[in-house]
Amino acid sequence: MIKRKIRARSSNAFIVALSAVFLGLLGGAVLMASIGSNPFTGFYYLFRGGLMSIERIGNTLATATTLMLVGLSVAFAFKTGLFNIGASGQMLIGGLCATLVAHKIFLPRPIYLVVLVGSALLGGALWGVIPGFLKAKFNVHEVVATIMMNWIAYWSIYYFVPAYLKGPSLETESASIAVSQSLRAPWLTKLLNGSYLNYGFFIAIAAVIIIRFILDKTTLGFGLKAVGSNRWCAEYAGIKVQRNVIISMMIAGGLAGLAGLSFYTGYSRNMQIGILPSQGFDGIAVALLGASNPLGVLFSSLFFGILQSGKGFMNAMTSVPPEIADSIIAVIIYFTATSVLFSRFWDRVRRRRQDRRAGGEEKE
Amino acid sequence: MGYVIEMLNIRKEFPGIVANDDVTLQVKEGEIHAILGENGAGKSTLMSILFGLYHADRGTIKVRGKEVRVNNPNDANDLGIGMVHQHFQLVQNFTVTENIILGKEGSFFLDRKKASKRIAALSQQYGLNIDPDMIIEDISVGMQQRVEILKMLYRDANILIFDEPTAVLTPQEIEDLIQIMRNLVREGKSIILITHKLAEIKAVADRCTVIRRGKLIGVVEVADTSVSKMASMMVGRPVSFKVDKRPAQPGRVILEVRDLSVLNNKRLLGVKEFTLSVRAGEIVGIAGVDGNGQTELIEAITGLRPIEGGAVIVDGNDITHADVRRRNEVGVGHIPEDRQKRGLVLESRLYDNVAIKEYYHTPFSKRGILNEEYLTEYAQEVVDRFDVRSGEGIYSLAGKLSGGNQQKLIVGREISGTSELLIAVQPTRGLDVGAIEYIHSQLVAHRDKGHAVLLVSFELDEIFNLSDRIAVIFNGALVDVVETGKTDEERVGLMMAGIKAGEGR
Repeated sequence: MIKRKIRARSSNAFIVALSAVFLGLLGGAVLMASIGSNPFTGFYYLFRGGLMSIERIGNTLATATTLMLVGLSVAFAFKTGLFNIGASGQMLIGGLCATLVAHKIFLPRPIYLVVLVGSALLGGALWGVIPGFLKAKFNVHEVVATIMMNWIAYWSIYYFVPAYLKGPSLETESASIAVSQSLRAPWLTKLLNGSYLNYGFFIAIAAVIIIRFILDKTTLGFGLKAVGSNRWCAEYAGIKVQRNVIISMMIAGGLAGLAGLSFYTGYSRNMQIGILPSQGFDGIAVALLGASNPLGVLFSSLFFGILQSGKGFMNAMTSVPPEIADSIIAVIIYFTATSVLFSRFWDRVRRRRQDRRAGGEEKE
Repeated sequence: MGYVIEMLNIRKEFPGIVANDDVTLQVKEGEIHAILGENGAGKSTLMSILFGLYHADRGTIKVRGKEVRVNNPNDANDLGIGMVHQHFQLVQNFTVTENIILGKEGSFFLDRKKASKRIAALSQQYGLNIDPDMIIEDISVGMQQRVEILKMLYRDANILIFDEPTAVLTPQEIEDLIQIMRNLVREGKSIILITHKLAEIKAVADRCTVIRRGKLIGVVEVADTSVSKMASMMVGRPVSFKVDKRPAQPGRVILEVRDLSVLNNKRLLGVKEFTLSVRAGEIVGIAGVDGNGQTELIEAITGLRPIEGGAVIVDGNDITHADVRRRNEVGVGHIPEDRQKRGLVLESRLYDNVAIKEYYHTPFSKRGILNEEYLTEYAQEVVDRFDVRSGEGIYSLAGKLSGGNQQKLIVGREISGTSELLIAVQPTRGLDVGAIEYIHSQLVAHRDKGHAVLLVSFELDEIFNLSDRIAVIFNGALVDVVETGKTDEERVGLMMAGIKAGEGR
């Protein structure tokens, strides 16, 4: 019976997420109808765009990869009571480190991949650990610190890429990485008819499993969650609050760094300057919809991946502008954030049904 | 005389718990009717149903003989039912008048003058002594409560529900409140008083409905029923108000505090060269008025506040500058003053809360991996042994437990660990008779096992009941340490005001 109750609680989060998705799609439909388009054709092409061919599915997964890692980063920080709004900057630095390695270091492929992943992990972790340290030692709010770190990363890239990694033709982006130095795998590209899917996807899946394991099964996760839920109690119990804040931001940064790796050396193979990657913020939505649960993040990133990669196709085939997909995401976030209302709604439905059943029994 | 309120055969179920099981409450016109029950017995649920905050699964509510449906608090207000909540619902920077008319402003243009005149008249009529133009944040807690009462009167409520009204009041304010309740009844109001304090029921109530674990136990005439009879009805067995304990057999010194100085939040010396020792097998109580350095002293001993000077030694280990975990390891157990802020992670399960101090070492975990089997076993053991009642066992969230059960969980955790020294701060604050009795007996049992217990309490009764020796603290300094058997409440009371025996007069 107890097991069932626990399942009921986590399935509640699932129902809430589904409700939010449904209402998000409904909101999108209303928007499409209001600009005179047929919502059904709109959605048909939106999902078709993400899923119609093996190549498209591969690209959807490649898009989802970055979102999954960023979402995991934000979710992990949430679990420990921190708001990591600096995933964009951590992505940039992780990506920069990886790009540097890709251009400068040549090793046998398996060892090379380990070095590549390690560099992105370290770069992101560094960018996360600085706000973590400021928060722990000087009580600087992590939202302020991570936003500032975003811009430090942005301008560092702006300077660093043209100075050291310039491509032959363009001033505004780095030279392309050789496929053999990227996360792309020829067998994978071939298997999926030339899609962008790369090793990053497997890294992301592994990260989901590892983070889930850390949070649920380890003493590290136990301490981090305690600090996140009630730092006063954690302090009282002898858990080092400040150290945990730093560790949490370090891991969150590392995950975002991996997102940068998957994006800059897998999905694309170069870095453009003057762009703060929007995935850093989309990751917040992914984490919210996934209820900060690693598995939830996995599914919500796949869903957002479909929307992101299908919106262009929808725009090409119908008169619906691609911003509709973004609006759907916005509505979903809105409803996820107000998820308390859903829980209450479903509770009431359940209660009514129970009452009716109880009443029926009495009559019999 | 008829019944103003009848709640007949009320049933209310929450996931895993039947909060009210076929409970009936009948309140006569013009009486003070007490509802007595332990924390978590279902008193508040019953009242929330009457007030429209919850809906009963079954049963009927009648007001003056007519069956009614109360869907929300507004319905309750329309029926003349008003409630003074335990936590006041006032806007701090509004005046009394503004708070009272909030939600009942009437027409578009506020007529503050008219409203405040009416409030002044009501205050006069019921002897509430409230100035309608005062700002809420400037008045005392007792006065704020009277503003809540005025709020109900302003809305023409004639059935008033008081939810644990004395929990936040000083003894003098409680006297005043009792007088006010008498005035209200004299003017024709009916009162429902929710409480677990027997003395207050005896002092003010006419009849009393007793609830235990969601079930109606009985209705008694207060005048004809002894306090101990009501207590045993509430708890379900005879209750002893005196703690049963044998003389202490003190052994070696466990806690030694030497010339301890600690800064308070204002960066002034909150504890001044405090010296005290607690031996194995004895309970030392620290008596003092709240705010005389108790918090700083305890936080310094438990490692939550840095120490300016002096030393703290536990069982031979100098822990003056050790971190909290090291102190746990040398055997410092701590039942904290604020159980919800410090003692528990409310949104975590009992399973996690029980292990929060020890999760990092074997057998709770091995090489960084939690040992779920042992954790489950351990949590189940603590919950069973300390009779922590909850809806979903060890997987209940700590925040869903009643106050008494939360405290039992903390006591269980701290006693089950290896605490050579147990520090208990206000261990029974806000708890009912049954839980108090239980926790007291656990503290004494811990002492009898040869451990040292340091007790801090603002209630002299508790200090005298439990302690073998009493240390009195005043203004951050130790006044004196006396043996409980060789002193009395009056002498300790004087010391709490800083007057040492033999001085003054």
